[in-house]
Amino acid sequence: MFANPFKLKKLGILGMNKRNIHYIGAHNDRKYYPLVDNKLKTKIVAQNAGIAVPKLIKTIERQSQLRHLKEMLEGIDGFVLKPSQGSGGKGILVIVKREGDEFIKANGQRLALRDIQRDISNILSGLYSLGGKPDVAMLETLVEFDPIFDRYSYEGVPDIRVITYRGYPAMAMLRCSTRESDGKANLHQGAVGVGLDIATGKALFAVQHGRPVTHHPDTGYDFSELEIPHWEKILSLAASCYEVTHLGYLGVDIVLDKHLGPLILELNARPGLAIQIANRTGAVKRYDVIDTQQANLDVTQRVKFSMEHFNMQEGEDQIIMREK
Amino acid sequence: MSRRFQVRLITFALAFTGFFIVWYKVGVLGIPFLPHEKRSVYTVGAEISFVGQKKSVLVSMALPEPQEGIQILSEDVASSGFGYAEGETVNGKRAEWSKRNVVGPQMLYYSLEVLIEPGEHKPKPPIVPSEQETETLSDLPNMLQDTAKNLLHDIRSRSADTHSFTAQLIKDFSAKEPSQAVKILLAQSGESKIDLLYRLLRYRKITVRKIHGLYLESARRNIALTPMLDVYDGKDWQLYDLNKGKVVRDKNFFVWQQGDNALIEVTGAKKSNISFSLNERQVPVQYLLDKKELVKKAAILDFSLFTLPISEQNTYRHILLVPFGALVVVLLRIMVGLRTSGTFMPVLIALAFMETTLSAGLIMFIMIVGMGLIIRSYLSSLNLLLVARISAVMIVVILIMSFMSILSFKLGIKEVLTVTFFPMIILAWTIERMSILWEEEGAREVFIQGGGSLIVAVFAYFVMSDPFVSHIAFNFPELLLVVLAVIIMIGRYSGYRLSELMRFRSMVE
Repeated sequence: MFANPFKLKKLGILGMNKRNIHYIGAHNDRKYYPLVDNKLKTKIVAQNAGIAVPKLIKTIERQSQLRHLKEMLEGIDGFVLKPSQGSGGKGILVIVKREGDEFIKANGQRLALRDIQRDISNILSGLYSLGGKPDVAMLETLVEFDPIFDRYSYEGVPDIRVITYRGYPAMAMLRCSTRESDGKANLHQGAVGVGLDIATGKALFAVQHGRPVTHHPDTGYDFSELEIPHWEKILSLAASCYEVTHLGYLGVDIVLDKHLGPLILELNARPGLAIQIANRTGAVKRYDVIDTQQANLDVTQRVKFSMEHFNMQEGEDQIIMREK
Repeated sequence: MSRRFQVRLITFALAFTGFFIVWYKVGVLGIPFLPHEKRSVYTVGAEISFVGQKKSVLVSMALPEPQEGIQILSEDVASSGFGYAEGETVNGKRAEWSKRNVVGPQMLYYSLEVLIEPGEHKPKPPIVPSEQETETLSDLPNMLQDTAKNLLHDIRSRSADTHSFTAQLIKDFSAKEPSQAVKILLAQSGESKIDLLYRLLRYRKITVRKIHGLYLESARRNIALTPMLDVYDGKDWQLYDLNKGKVVRDKNFFVWQQGDNALIEVTGAKKSNISFSLNERQVPVQYLLDKKELVKKAAILDFSLFTLPISEQNTYRHILLVPFGALVVVLLRIMVGLRTSGTFMPVLIALAFMETTLSAGLIMFIMIVGMGLIIRSYLSSLNLLLVARISAVMIVVILIMSFMSILSFKLGIKEVLTVTFFPMIILAWTIERMSILWEEEGAREVFIQGGGSLIVAVFAYFVMSDPFVSHIAFNFPELLLVVLAVIIMIGRYSGYRLSELMRFRSMVE
C-alpha cells in the first residue's frame, strides 16, 4: 500500500515538506510573492519585460462598473474573466463565443449577462482571493488555442507547465483537460498530465489520477505521438520569468496561441508535485544537477544547459512508455 | 549560525527548560505528575466536654503551631452558642470559647485538616535553645533527692552524651520491671512521668521541652495526646516518646502543644475533659492544589495559573489544551498529509466536541453543515453579494442550532443543548467554503477536506479530552515549551508524508 520512502528518496522524488522547506522556503523570497499571486501585476511586469502574455482588455474594480458590463463587452466575442488574486483556477470564466444575448462557455453551457455579472461580483467581493480580500476582475482576450492540441483536450484549455529552478527549466508537462476535469487543467480534478522531454518537447508518459494512461480518455488519441511546437521558445519564455520575478522555484503556465505562439498565462510560486509522476522522474535529481551550475548565466545558456542535461531518451533509470 | 543549528538549539533549549521545570515541580515541590495520585489528609479533631453549672464558662485550649513536614490545610470550629476567638499568648496560639450561664453537659469541637508533606524531614532548627533555668531538686523530699541523684549518677555512667543519657533515662522509666529508685520516684514525687523526667533532665542541665501531639495514623477515636520530650544536644532536637524512647522524625508526629501551659483550661464548669479523634482520607492532589495551600510554598507556583481566580483558571483549562490540538493538526498535516479545510478549524471543532461529547457533536456538525449547504445552494441561486450571503448563512446556522436545541430539549436529549458552543461564524464560513469547493472542484474535494477536518478534529478531541493531557496541560503549563519544541522540530521535517508514500507508489513499481 505504501511505497518504501528510501526507494523514493533514491529516485529523488520531491515531497511536499522538502519542497516547502528546501525549495520554496529557501529560494522564494516572500516579498516577491504578490507579483505572482496578483495576476494583474504579473501581466504588467511581464509585458514590460517583453514577455508574451494574453492581452488585457479591461479591469473591473468596483461593483458599480457592473451596470455598464453590457457596453463593456460590446463587440467582444470570446473573452476570459479571472480574479486577479485567485488560485488554482478558481473563479475563471471562459467565454468562447456569443449567440445573441447568450454567452457560451467552453463546455457549451449558456450564460446570461447576469450570470457573468454575478461571477464578477463574487470576484470583487474576494470570494476567490486568499483570505477573502477584495479583488479585481481581469477581462482578457481569449487565447485562440493552437489546434495542435485539439486532439488531446476535451472542452478546455490545454496548458504547458514548466517548473524552473534557479531560472533553469527543470521539468515540463502538458496538462490536458478531460470530461472528468470539467474542461479544467487541474490534475487532481482528473485532467491528464503528460510529461514532456525537456530536450525535445516530446511526450514521455501520461498520467491521470496518478495512474499511467496511454490515450486521452475522451478523444482516444495516443499521447506518444504528441510533440510540442515552438519548444525552445517555450523554455526560453519560462526561463526568462526568473529575471522578472526573482523566484528561484517557479511554475510557469504557458499556452499556445494560434497566431501569437507561446504566451504566459500564469505564474505559480508553489507548483505541485504531480509533474514528477507525469515525467516518471524525481525532481530532486534534476535540481541537484542545476545546483552544480553558476548563478550568472543568461536565459539562452540556461535553456541550452537544461536541454542538454535533461534528455529523457538518454536517461538511464527511466522507463520509456513507447517501449511498453 | 546555520538555520538547522538554530532550530536544534532552540528545540533543545525549549525542551530542556520545559522538562527542567517539570522536574523541579515533581521532584522538589512534590506536585504529582499523574492526575490520579492521591495524598492522605488527616482530620484531627479535638472534643472538649464539660458540665455547666449555671455560670459563665471560659474554655481555653492550646492550638497547634505551624510545623515542618506537616501542612495545616484548614481549621473548623463547631461550638453552638459559644463565642469563639483565637488569641496569641507567650506560649503560643490558644482557642477561647466563652458563654454566659451554661447549664448541663456541653461539647465543643475543633478540627484541623493536615497533610503530610512528601520528602525528608530535616530536624528542626534550634528555635529556642534559650537559657533554661537549671532545676534544683530541693522542693522534693530529701529521700527522693538522694534517690534521684543516685539514679542520675548511675545513668550518667551508662551513657555517653545527651541523647544516650535521655534514652537510658526513658528506658529506665518505661521498663516493665522498673528499678526500685524509679518506682519510688514515680510513687512518691506526686508528679506525672513527663514532669518528673522533665525535672530530672533539666537538673542535668539539658535543654528540653515538653510536647504533646498525635501520631497521624488511620482512624482512631477518643485518644489522648501523646506526651513527648524534645531534647536539644547543642546541634539537633530529638523527640522522645515517654514509653517507646527515640522517635524518628518522619513518623508523622503532629505536635499539638509545646511548653508548660495546660492543654485546656476550663473555668466555670466541671468534669471538663478533652479527647482527640483521627480520620484519614485519600484526597486527589488536584483538590490540594485547588486549596492553594501548596501555592504558598514556592515562588514558581506563586507565579502560576493557580493564583488566578477560579473562573479564569477554568478558561485556561481550555486554552491550554489548544496547543495539544494544534500538535495533532501539525502531525496529521505534515507527517500524515491529511487535508483539512482551514488550518485550525479542526481544533475549534474539537473544542466544540468537548462541550457536546463526541457522538452528539459529530452528528450535530454533520447535520448543521449539511443543512447549511442545502440552504446555501438556494441562496446562491438568489444571486446575493458574498458578504450578505455569508451573513445569511450564519443567521440560518443560528436558527438551525436554536431549533435543534428546542427540539432536543423536548425530546429530552441534553447533549444537544450545548450546541451553542459551536462557533457559529466558523460554521457559517465552513459551509460557505465547502459550498464553493463543491461548485469549483466537485463533491469529492468537499468530502476529502470535510472528512479530513473531521478526522483531525476527532483525533484532537481524543487528545484534548484525555484526563492525563488536561491534567498536565494545566498543572505543568511549562510543557507547552516542549510542545513548541516538537512543533518547531516537525516544522523542519523535510521527509515524505504518509500520503505521499501512497501517492508516489506508482513511481517505484
